Amino acid sequence: MLNLNDILNISTALLIAWSCSLLGVFLVLRKMVMVGDAISHSVLPGVVMAFLVGSYSSSSFILIGAAVFGVLTTIIIDFLYRKLKLQEDASIGLTFTWLFALGVILITVFADGNSHIDKDCVLFGELGLTFLDKIIIGGRLWGTKSMMLLLPLLLIVVVFVFKGFKGFQIHAFQAEYAQTKGISTGFWHYALMTLVSLVTVLSFESVGAILVVGFLVVPPATAYLLTKNLRNMLLLSLVISTFDVLVGYFTALHFDLAISPTIITVSGLVIFLTIVVQITNSRFKTVV
Amino acid sequence: MLSSTLILVLIGLAVISAVAGVVGCYAFLRKRALVGDAVAHSVLPGVAVGFILSGTKDPFYLLLGGLVFGYLAILSIDVIHRKTKLSEDSAIGLVTTIYFAFGSVFLSVISNSGNGDQAGLKDFLFGKAATMTEMDVIVFLIAAILVVISVGVFYKPFLLLSFNKDFANTQGWKVNFYETLLSLMTVLIIAIGLQAVGVVLMSALLIAPAASSRYWTNSLRKMMAISAVFGAMAGIGGGLLSLLGEDMPTGPWVIMILFLFTLITLLFAPEKGYFFIRRRNSNNLRKINEENVMKALHQLNEIGIKEVTLSSFLDKRKMDTDQLQKTFNNVSDKDWVTKTNDVYALTERGAIEAKRIVRLHRLWELYLTQRLNFKEDHIHGTAETIEHLITDELEAQLVKELDYPTEDPHNKEIPYN
Repeated sequence: MLNLNDILNISTALLIAWSCSLLGVFLVLRKMVMVGDAISHSVLPGVVMAFLVGSYSSSSFILIGAAVFGVLTTIIIDFLYRKLKLQEDASIGLTFTWLFALGVILITVFADGNSHIDKDCVLFGELGLTFLDKIIIGGRLWGTKSMMLLLPLLLIVVVFVFKGFKGFQIHAFQAEYAQTKGISTGFWHYALMTLVSLVTVLSFESVGAILVVGFLVVPPATAYLLTKNLRNMLLLSLVISTFDVLVGYFTALHFDLAISPTIITVSGLVIFLTIVVQITNSRFKTVV
Repeated sequence: MLSSTLILVLIGLAVISAVAGVVGCYAFLRKRALVGDAVAHSVLPGVAVGFILSGTKDPFYLLLGGLVFGYLAILSIDVIHRKTKLSEDSAIGLVTTIYFAFGSVFLSVISNSGNGDQAGLKDFLFGKAATMTEMDVIVFLIAAILVVISVGVFYKPFLLLSFNKDFANTQGWKVNFYETLLSLMTVLIIAIGLQAVGVVLMSALLIAPAASSRYWTNSLRKMMAISAVFGAMAGIGGGLLSLLGEDMPTGPWVIMILFLFTLITLLFAPEKGYFFIRRRNSNNLRKINEENVMKALHQLNEIGIKEVTLSSFLDKRKMDTDQLQKTFNNVSDKDWVTKTNDVYALTERGAIEAKRIVRLHRLWELYLTQRLNFKEDHIHGTAETIEHLITDELEAQLVKELDYPTEDPHNKEIPYN
């Protein structure tokens, strides 16, 4: 039977999934999935530093820390790749392993007595625990703390995607053309990266670093296989991630499994089936 | 101070880091540095499945499971990349995260089954260098020997595969076979190294030593050697640094050293390093500016203007004023021009140099029209570029080829000394 905590958990998961699947579309199109992966690892030092400056309850520190390190990640990658001429895959790999290592060192150096920081938690997260932070005002339940952060973020992402649809569209498909049209590709690039960092860091405690990447890449990649149209891709990505969350959540509940990994596993099955059908049957190359 | 456990750990770290450095060279050269990261994450479900099926924490079964899933991950990336329209980075991202999620689900199954023996499985993620046993080090050594033998025996096909796969194919090498071999080697090293050093360090070990060794040499053999030495040094250094604090993780310190060394390499390496390239570029630019100024001075001479000031020079040839001032300073340092109150004039030596550039320019224009049938109004631009590159030998050949010409296509004199 569905109880209140389930509803809170599902809402949290959906908020993360929707933000990620919208942003992920642009990562997939720009062939920047691994930059997203890198960011999800390398916001760690930002989070740790924010912990040290303030407490977790003052979430603004965390957000700023995450945004700074997220953008810093892309800047370092660009610097290694463009200025120092290191090949791109190595630039990405080097940057995120280094920043992640920095984060782990910071944790071990400063974590004494700070029970909030735990590398297991950072990496795996636990969706089933988010409902613990309920916000109750005037005797009525308004949601959980993480929802209060994730909801505005989703709104920002949605507004951004709608307002910037044209900019994102041109930027995603033809960065050079966008430049000739006077659209600032740098702006859209860093805007996208900042949003990815924020989503990652807000999802940390719920789903963990690596699974954020799952939400960022799997539903958008599935949608990319099924459609050629950006608008459809965004919508399809939302639909698929919703399906993944619902099926994954109840499967996990039924078999008593870890929730967020199960959701990603379900999304993995969805794209697996899509790929198998497409490879074996060319009629289904593009559906919408 | 150095206990025997510590020495064991340091040896183990050095060996696994060195081997990862060697294997990483191939991943780096084939631009598959991030595949190592995907494999490292994908070993998790393998370890979990190995544990469930065997019911023990016997490293052999865990390793076997890890190998199978690691190799499956590489296959999956290949299939997704080749058979669908998804790009390679999407494929890597998909495989990394889905396999890892799958593994996490299995871990939760294991912990729910109430099997208290599962503690330690998570060490595969972060690594526990401090608990390295003699057995581990022996396994590392065996793997190291296997890797050295394989890269020795298959040096040539591996080399061709890394630099030019299509060429290897046309030469009749069984490319698929050797690719599989390389993949298996990579998966093996990752799987055995994970428990000691963890996922993130494993990825870094495959990338950083290889990336920096590439900047020191063009030979694959030397590259592997440098990479191995560098990996081993970082391994030992990281192991020692982690002694600084209690409960300090080893992996992150190794990564710190790796990153530092790579950064130093990228900045300061001879031939390929950032500062070297910048200095070479600025030297080239200075030479080109000097030659352009000398050429313009000769052309002014031809119309009877023997002395110029900076501003009267600018009427002849547009240039950035600062650059021009600097260039004039340079050529007067070389004694090619004399400067008396802001007025410049060619010296005897300067005249020779100026003639040389003008001669090269006009020779090339003539060559383009006579031998390559260029139209006369299309030759100036290329000649502007090539005049800075033509060597004395080339010049001699051009002169001979064009039969000691005296006039260029615009009927201007080709000056000889």
